[in-house]
Amino acid sequence: MSDTRTRPAWLSRLASWDAAVIVITVLVLVIASGAVENFGSSRNFTFLLLDLLPIALIALPMTFVIVTGEIDLSVASTLGLTSAVMGDLWNRGLPIETIIPLCLVLGAVLGALNGFFVTVLKLPSLAVTIGTLALYRGLAFVVLGDSAVADFPRDYTSWVTGTIGGGAIPNLLIPLVVLALVFGLVLHATPIGRSVFAAGASEQAARFAGIRVARLKFWLYVVSGLVAGLAGVLWTLRYSSARADNGLGMELAVVAAVLLGGVSIFGGKGTLPGVLAGVVLLATLQNALRLQDVSNEALNVVTGVLLIISVLLPNIVIRFRAALRRRATT
Amino acid sequence: MNATKVVAPKTSPGRTAAGGRFSLGGLFRAREAGIVLALVVLVAFTATQNARFLSPQSIRDILLNTAILAVLAVGQATVMITRNIDLSVGSVLGLSAFATGSLLQANQGLPVIVALIAGVAIGAACGALNGVVVRLGKVPALVVTLGTLYAFRGAAYFWAGGEQINADELPGHFLRFGNSSILGIPWLVLIAAIVLVVAGVVLRNYRAGRELYAMGSSPQAAELAGIKVGRNTIAAFLVSGALAGVAGVLFAARFGTIDAAAGNGYELNVVAAAVVGGVAVFGGSGTVWGAGLGALLLTVIGSSLAVLDINQFWQQAIVGALILLAIGADRLVAVRVAKSLKKRDSHV
Repeated sequence: MSDTRTRPAWLSRLASWDAAVIVITVLVLVIASGAVENFGSSRNFTFLLLDLLPIALIALPMTFVIVTGEIDLSVASTLGLTSAVMGDLWNRGLPIETIIPLCLVLGAVLGALNGFFVTVLKLPSLAVTIGTLALYRGLAFVVLGDSAVADFPRDYTSWVTGTIGGGAIPNLLIPLVVLALVFGLVLHATPIGRSVFAAGASEQAARFAGIRVARLKFWLYVVSGLVAGLAGVLWTLRYSSARADNGLGMELAVVAAVLLGGVSIFGGKGTLPGVLAGVVLLATLQNALRLQDVSNEALNVVTGVLLIISVLLPNIVIRFRAALRRRATT
Repeated sequence: MNATKVVAPKTSPGRTAAGGRFSLGGLFRAREAGIVLALVVLVAFTATQNARFLSPQSIRDILLNTAILAVLAVGQATVMITRNIDLSVGSVLGLSAFATGSLLQANQGLPVIVALIAGVAIGAACGALNGVVVRLGKVPALVVTLGTLYAFRGAAYFWAGGEQINADELPGHFLRFGNSSILGIPWLVLIAAIVLVVAGVVLRNYRAGRELYAMGSSPQAAELAGIKVGRNTIAAFLVSGALAGVAGVLFAARFGTIDAAAGNGYELNVVAAAVVGGVAVFGGSGTVWGAGLGALLLTVIGSSLAVLDINQFWQQAIVGALILLAIGADRLVAVRVAKSLKKRDSHV
């Protein structure tokens, strides 16, 4: 926001949406640990982190994709198809050490197909990924039907559900933190990140500036698919259950978290810390309400309303400021 | 709507890319002819494999299933033509189905028309909320209706609280309405047909309809031309919501068993029906006829898979492939038209 002439920089920084989300998230965490029974227990903390992991993971590349002004609604279906294929290969007796890399490759290929449609054929990403959302989920059911595969090797499943040194922090937080750091650095401190923002702010201007926007977007879709595939593998191991409907509907939660974190759906704006705060905020609210015996489905109201507020509020703030400025100048 | 009748334009409805070859009184354009062809081939092939596919009972089932999807698709087409999208329709259907279900459960003597009106009112209220937030908040419809998809569904669960309304708790006349016919045409199909014809004629021949196409083709130009973009946007969402409300009542009447999950995930099939039927995701183009045909095609595919004894799970994959095919075909046409326009310009 450009309104820095009349007030100190730190104040407008504090007033920015993603900073506000971080503050709100911390507040919710504090209030919930005080007011909600069992919320602060280390067991619940572990579950909270494990539950938000797949959403946080997929939100990382989704942030890039939405900042370039595109969208990927097929991520949860990619997760499901990866999980189904993992189960099928395991049924066929392949060793897990071969299956996991194959599943990651599968995720990347599914992402590349999205990228191909969006960047080579120049089709609208919303329509493309609604199509692949149905296609990938359908293929997942074709591969595995409505059966489940469960007997994955204990070494793997127990590591995925385990915690560091038997404490409260799940082992899986390590790869998440590493990936979050990598994605954050790339987005905010490298030429690639600047290209992503430039492409989202004005694709034409970015092209004139020598950024290969199509190639950039293609690779973003590949990474998005790859990470969704990784989330599929981890999901399968965590619940020790490969099912075609794993992660059903999760694309909405991911998009909600990213937008809640202050990324503009129009592209060109957003920060990764904001997104991670959005993910934590969403997961914390749901966890705390669930502990209060609010039904899972009623929680959807919270998610939906939060999503709408998160896109409405910045607009209202901008208009409010504009009105103030107009009054100041007249 | 105080629609003034205007002269039908010479170009095909909403064909922005100027590719409009308008034939046969303008009922079908190339895309719709393609769907009809696909339908004929599919039905013919399935019938040769299993003659029962063309039995009156089977055709009736297909038409009944199409009716609900088609009503939703007409609403979706109306919104998509204005360059918006309504992802909340499945949730609105669920809310309206449960509302009318519990209304009839409590008042057994209530006539069907009152249930219909109640469903429409609930749907219209949801749609108006979508429209107002989209318009006044200047927020993309994708995000708003994604949010209300959650919120309306959550509200339905909140209300139902895990309860289910069974067929034996509903008045008999309502259930008969869901399965009986008048002059051999099931009520549901009749209602869907009326919705299709009214929406089709308004969109094609009346100012209110033409303005929606203009908004979808170029919002700025429409605004400059004095079209009340805001009012029309809200109206389009209101229509989509009201039709989702109608669909909810039809759903309740047809299936009799209603819980808060009614119509869960329908939004995908509805968008698919509209897109496959030639309604562009980015506005300005398409017809409700096409959307209706898209709904019919999706339903027939489902029935064919069952008859041909193919894994039902292929259906969703086919829906996805069809969406990709449909938007790919649109792109192909657009590129070709752009090329031919460029060639024509170069002679000037």
